[in-house]
Amino acid sequence: MSLETQHPDSTVTASSASTASTASTADGETAPRKRRTRDWRVVTGVRILLVVVWLASWEIAARTIIDPFFYSSPSAIWQKLVTWFTEGTSQGSIWSNILITLEEAVLGFIIGTIAGVVLGVLLGRSRFLADVLAPFIKGANAIPRIVLASLFVIWFGLGLSSKVATAFVLVFFAVFFNAFQGAREVDRVLVDNARILGANRRDLLRTIILPSATSWILASMHVAFGFALIGAVVGEFTGADKGMGLLINKSQGNFDAPGIYAGMLVITVIALVAEWLITRLERRLTSWRPPSTSQAAGI
Amino acid sequence: MTQNTTTAGSPAIALRDATKRFPTKDGGTFTAIRDVTLDIAAGEFVAVVGPTGCGKSTTLSLVSGLEPASRGTVRVHDAPVTGIPDGVGYMFQADAVLPWKNVLDNVALGPRYRGMPKRDAEAKARDWIERVGLTGFEDRYPHQLSGGMRKRVAMAQTLITEPSLLLLDEPFGALDVQTRELMQDELLELWSGTGAAVVFVTHDLTEAISLADRVVVMTAGPATIKDVVDIDLPRPRRVEEIRLTPEFIEIYKRVWDSLREEVEITRARGASRVA
Repeated sequence: MSLETQHPDSTVTASSASTASTASTADGETAPRKRRTRDWRVVTGVRILLVVVWLASWEIAARTIIDPFFYSSPSAIWQKLVTWFTEGTSQGSIWSNILITLEEAVLGFIIGTIAGVVLGVLLGRSRFLADVLAPFIKGANAIPRIVLASLFVIWFGLGLSSKVATAFVLVFFAVFFNAFQGAREVDRVLVDNARILGANRRDLLRTIILPSATSWILASMHVAFGFALIGAVVGEFTGADKGMGLLINKSQGNFDAPGIYAGMLVITVIALVAEWLITRLERRLTSWRPPSTSQAAGI
Repeated sequence: MTQNTTTAGSPAIALRDATKRFPTKDGGTFTAIRDVTLDIAAGEFVAVVGPTGCGKSTTLSLVSGLEPASRGTVRVHDAPVTGIPDGVGYMFQADAVLPWKNVLDNVALGPRYRGMPKRDAEAKARDWIERVGLTGFEDRYPHQLSGGMRKRVAMAQTLITEPSLLLLDEPFGALDVQTRELMQDELLELWSGTGAAVVFVTHDLTEAISLADRVVVMTAGPATIKDVVDIDLPRPRRVEEIRLTPEFIEIYKRVWDSLREEVEITRARGASRVA
C-alpha cells in the first residue's frame, strides 16, 4: 500500500538550517561564513519588520475602518492575555487550563506514538499482516476522525479520557504510516549483512530495523504533536469542563473575539515549544547522520 | 607456495548442478545461474569472473544460504545448505556497515550477535581495527570516513568472525585504483594462513588473476561455468608487481580469450535491447 508519509529528509533540512547560523559563529571566520551571518541578521530584521507592520496596520484599521467587535485588535488581545495571566479566566486559572490541555495532548501523543510505532513496524515487516489489514487501515484513515470526538464524549464523558482518545486517533495514523514505511524501506543489504554476522530476529529488529525506521518515525512526530494538540482542543470544544478548547468555546459563546485570538496564541506557543523539544530529541537520536548542507527548505 | 588442489578430503564448498531462477514481474522466470558444478577446497582462493550482470553474485547468495537453490545441491563443509552455514563471512558490493553505529560498534557487531560479552567483543574489535589500519577512528561514524576506510571497516567486520568461508562480492569495485590495489594486498595478507576458502566475485580480470589460485570464467547469463584456469603464480604476491610479469600476461591472455566471447554476447544483447 502506498500511503501518505512525512519524508524524513524534509525535516533534516529544516532543523539543520537553524543550526547553520549558530555554527558559523563558533569556528573560523572565513569570508563566506561571515556573509551568511550577515544574511541571517538581515532575514531576522525583515521578519521583525513584517510583524510590526502587520500588527500596526491591524491596530490602526481597528481604530478607524474595521469593527473591532468582530475583528478585535492587537491591543485588545494583549489586554485579554494580561487579564488571563494575572486575574485568571472565567474557567479558573489560565495555568490550570493550559495544564489540562497539555496533559491530554501529551498522553494522546505518547499512547498514539507507541501504538503507531509498534503496529507500523509489525505490519512493515510482515507482508501477510499488511496485505490482510491494508483495506481496514485505509478505511479507518478515511474516516473524518475529528467527528469521533463527539462519539468519545458520549463514550468517555466530559473528562480527560475523551480528549486523550481524540488526540490518540489523530496521532496514531500519522505515526503509523511513517513507521510502516520506515520499516519497509530498510536496506536489504544491511539485513543480509547482519544475518550473516549472526543476528537473530530480535537482533535484527533492535539493531537494524528500528534504527533505520527512526528517521521516518521522528519526521512524523513533528506533525503528530500538532495533531495531538488539535485533538485535545477539538475534544474540549466538543464537550469539556476545563481546558484551552473550552476557553475558546466560551469566548465564542460570548462573542469575545479577543478571547478566541488569545486562546489561539497560547496554543500556538505550546506547539512551538513542543516542536523545539522534538527537534532536539531528533538531533540527539540521529547524531550519526551527516549534517545536511541544504539550507533551502527552511519551511 | 604450491597450487592448492581440490582432491584432498571433502571440499569446503561443493556446488552440484546448482540452478537459481527468480520470478519476474511479468509472471515469467529469470534464470540467473544454470547447472553450476564447482568444488572449492579449504584454504583455496577462487575468483569468479564473467560479463556484467551474468549472475556471479547469485552464486554467492546460494553458498551463503541467503537464497535457496532452485535445483541442484549446495553443500558447505559437507552439509547441505539450509540456513546460513557456520563460518560464512560475506563482504557485499554495496556499503553494509551500519550508518548509526561508530567504527568500534560496527566491527564488534558479529561477536555481539554471537553472544560475546560487550567488553570482550570491544577488545577483539579494537584488535581488528588495528589490523585494518583504522586505529584512532573507533568513534567515527561511517559518513565521516572515506570510501576506502568504510571498506576497511567492512573487512574488519567480516574477518572478526574468523570465517572459514569468505565470500566477497566485488568488494573493491567502487574504489579508486590506488586504494583498490592497497586493499587487495591487505586482503591477501589478512587471508594468508587463515585456511579460509575464498570466493571472490569480480568483473576485473587483473584483480581476479593477481589474487586467486583459480579463476572461474562464467558465461553470459544464464551463467554457467565456461572455463576454470589455474593460476600458478607464486605467493606471497604483491599485486602491483605481479601484474607486470610475463607469466601474468600469459595467463591474462588465456583467460581473456575465454571471457571475450561472453562479453561480446552480453554486449550484443545490450545493443539489441537498446535498438
